[in-house]
Amino acid sequence: MMITLTVNGERVTRHVEPRRHLIDFLRLDLGLTGSHAGCEHGVCGACTVRVDGEIVRGCLVLAASLDGAEVTTIEGLTDSGEVADLQDQFVARNAAQCGFCTPGMVMAAADILAHHADADRAAIREHLAGNYCRCTGYQAIVEAVAATLSERAIHTSADAGRGDRTREARR
Amino acid sequence: MNEIPTPASIGLSREDLPNSYIGRSVPRPSLPKLVQGRATYTDDVVLPRMLHAAFLRSPHAHARILAIRIEAALAVPGVVRVFTGADLAKVCDPWVAVLDHLKGMKSAPQHPLPLDRATWQGEAVVAVLADTRAAAEDGVAAIEVDWDPLPAQTDMETALDAGTVVIHPELGDNLVFTRTATKGDVDAAFAAAHKVVEATFVTGRHTGVTLEPRSIIADYNRADGMLTVHQATQAPHMMQNVFAKHLRLEESQVRVICKDVGGSFGIKVHVYPDEVAVAAMARVLGRPVKFIADRFESFASDIHARDHRIKARMAVNADGTIIGFDVDDLTGIGPYSVYPRTSAMEGNQVVNLVGGPYDFAHYRCTTRVVLQNKAPTCQYRAVGHPIATAVTEGLVEMAARELGMDALDLRRRNMIRDDAYPFTSPPGMRFEGLSHHASLDKLLEMVPVARIRADQAEQRAIGVHRGLGFAAFIELTNPSPFMYGIGGARISAQDGCTVRMDPDGSVVASSGVTEQGQGTEAILAQIVAHGVGVPVERVKIITGDTLNTPYGGGTWACRGAGIGGEAALQSALALKAQILEVAGAMLQAAPESLDIVMGHITDRASGAQRMSLHELGRIVYFRGDTLPRDLPRELVQTRHFITKEYPFAFTNGIQACWAEVDTDTGMVKLLEHWVVEDCGRVVNPLLVDEQVRGGVVQGLGGALYEHCVYDERGNLLTTTMADYLVPMSAEMPDIHVGHVETPTKESLLGAKGAGEAGTAGAPGALMNAINDALAPLGARVLEQPFTPARILAALGRI
Repeated sequence: MMITLTVNGERVTRHVEPRRHLIDFLRLDLGLTGSHAGCEHGVCGACTVRVDGEIVRGCLVLAASLDGAEVTTIEGLTDSGEVADLQDQFVARNAAQCGFCTPGMVMAAADILAHHADADRAAIREHLAGNYCRCTGYQAIVEAVAATLSERAIHTSADAGRGDRTREARR
Repeated sequence: MNEIPTPASIGLSREDLPNSYIGRSVPRPSLPKLVQGRATYTDDVVLPRMLHAAFLRSPHAHARILAIRIEAALAVPGVVRVFTGADLAKVCDPWVAVLDHLKGMKSAPQHPLPLDRATWQGEAVVAVLADTRAAAEDGVAAIEVDWDPLPAQTDMETALDAGTVVIHPELGDNLVFTRTATKGDVDAAFAAAHKVVEATFVTGRHTGVTLEPRSIIADYNRADGMLTVHQATQAPHMMQNVFAKHLRLEESQVRVICKDVGGSFGIKVHVYPDEVAVAAMARVLGRPVKFIADRFESFASDIHARDHRIKARMAVNADGTIIGFDVDDLTGIGPYSVYPRTSAMEGNQVVNLVGGPYDFAHYRCTTRVVLQNKAPTCQYRAVGHPIATAVTEGLVEMAARELGMDALDLRRRNMIRDDAYPFTSPPGMRFEGLSHHASLDKLLEMVPVARIRADQAEQRAIGVHRGLGFAAFIELTNPSPFMYGIGGARISAQDGCTVRMDPDGSVVASSGVTEQGQGTEAILAQIVAHGVGVPVERVKIITGDTLNTPYGGGTWACRGAGIGGEAALQSALALKAQILEVAGAMLQAAPESLDIVMGHITDRASGAQRMSLHELGRIVYFRGDTLPRDLPRELVQTRHFITKEYPFAFTNGIQACWAEVDTDTGMVKLLEHWVVEDCGRVVNPLLVDEQVRGGVVQGLGGALYEHCVYDERGNLLTTTMADYLVPMSAEMPDIHVGHVETPTKESLLGAKGAGEAGTAGAPGALMNAINDALAPLGARVLEQPFTPARILAALGRI
């Protein structure tokens, strides 16, 4: 069937087989290889992407169901600058080793930054518990997210007197 | 030796000395692409006319293949070709995974696809090639195989019994390998001992679960006769040899390219029959073939590991002096020894490593390695170490409990003295220099033992059961040819590095070691920058391409920093000397009066900048006419390194685990974890700490959750990540890491390995923590993974 949707801000129209799941659609049909297929049964989180503002498992969503949807992948999230500070923290703390989980982990962490600004370390660990990382042991990832939250909190309180804050890039 | 100036050695902080990158936490240059989703894993590579492979895998643990009907598969839209074992045998020779130095070892010939019999559930039997993976899977579904199921040998305890199923009748029995190491007189010493503690330990069969599954694209070009293989592998040169040898090509006809790899942990250092099948099919068709294992295939066909039952005894005197160990290890390895490293190494390591931290007189350890109809096992992160450590440290804490001694006091009494080196252990391991006592001291600076014990007593009073457990360990790193080469395997223990300076003064280094996330490329860049004298940003690293890197072994057994790093340092220093010779001619100065600092030729005495490398490059590459006619001006140097004095560079460390056991549910909550390890010179403290943390969590996973469960008929019951549990962030503790540095004197760099230390010690420390919590309740657990059911059973609750 034919679907038209927005991916990373660009409109795309493609013919998809009914069985095509979102992660294969992104990787194989659009060449967006930043999202990864890790388990293809919804456990590992490597395929985490954003659909209409919420993070989903790319392997559990059929592309055919996404006509009219707005999809953001790690490529789009990066280009927007929304998580540039988080990505800098990942680099500084070596919160990625092989990197295969990292795009999904960053998508999940972006969800914390967007919706749970007061998350403590335990809450961060809980929120990331659907994303499997074999390399790091998670601690550096948790610390990268916690450091980003506290940096943003400092900026937010500094900004408070100046009115509106946006979720745009704050490098 | 070890005279390389570091900030510490000349009294400066690490930040005060420009260009001093060894010992500094430099972020990895390759990380931005990983966090932005811009890496290139093998599955991201798409080649023209590429076909996709899917495999029909045996549904039986053991079955004769009576007939394979492929007509319906060939009729599936998109399917191009179907290959059976017989088809591939025409173009690919089988292998037998034995090593000459493992005396008496035997295994059966293995083909990429079996000819007439499947010997484990999940073994690839028929390959389908199609335009897409989906079409290839449709083709697999359309194949019909007539199976004649055979009885399966699944219990390692009965593998050697009379009348048992012999998996390969031509071998005579199911015994692959056995070795006994002895020292002293165990029987007499144990008979005379004050006390003997004994127990049977079980380590659960588990697997690596690399998040990136096994991945390969093979492409044979008939025009130039080259087989180009894109593969997620730890050992490109080893694979080059394997593909050439078994596909009847010259090594020079095979190029292995390995870009980004999504985790390895030993899983990706072995030869997998389905991957050889992919290369063979590409050779036949003359076009690229891709195979990416799915998660089911990973669980059923990646190597498993750690399937051991260990009966062990330890004898002690009344004062806590360890008299000796007496150990019987039994391990089941599946139906074939895995090529080319063999599946006998893990048991062999148990024999080498039990009792490792301690000085004692009497030793007897036997391993027996037997066949089963289960997935093959082979080397996985910290090969044998977590087993030997759990056994040793389990016995140590048992003995302390029985003697009424503090287990740390007992350890201190028996640990090899820090000034006793060189030291040869009872099973014959030679230690150049270890730091057990200093490491224990350092650990006790980090672990608030008194506060923890007070908390333990308080919590105990209100029915909360917490435990503190320790585990000291040794780790084998920087292997010499004594590991594989002397056994006849073409697995290189040496490694090389070529460093060149380009006209703009930037430096490119190509190395035979490889990167799978450890940060190999980062430390190579640091070492080269340090050695040449340039900012680390000016160094680019090339790894993972047999056509473009010096011949080397790759990254495994913690050899990247110690072997590859030293080759990089030596080649960088050689390049620096060459640059200074040219600079001396240009500046009318003695080369030894000059230095290179942050990309500039400087006067060594005054530190004054004389010329940039950029300018030197301009002259050398574009105005060579202005240089003295006979001046050597090759701004490229290659050095190779191999260890010569010791077969292995052993490291050591100690871990502590603080955990809580819920005696109603049997659940274990990890509260905090500490590690001190001594990997010699630390090149990048950040990376070493993160290696240790990741290793600890991998060890905790095997000890708590991870288990490849088979039923008695050889059916694998854990084939999804919902059945096979891995550690996730919510359950894992914070891990504190400390270091003691005892550099090896075999190299200028002084680095030993660090990647396996965490995994080596964590299961033993956790076991001891759980048993410390359970001790007042009269219970203990010795069988990994320590599941709620096992803990409740030990408590008599179920």
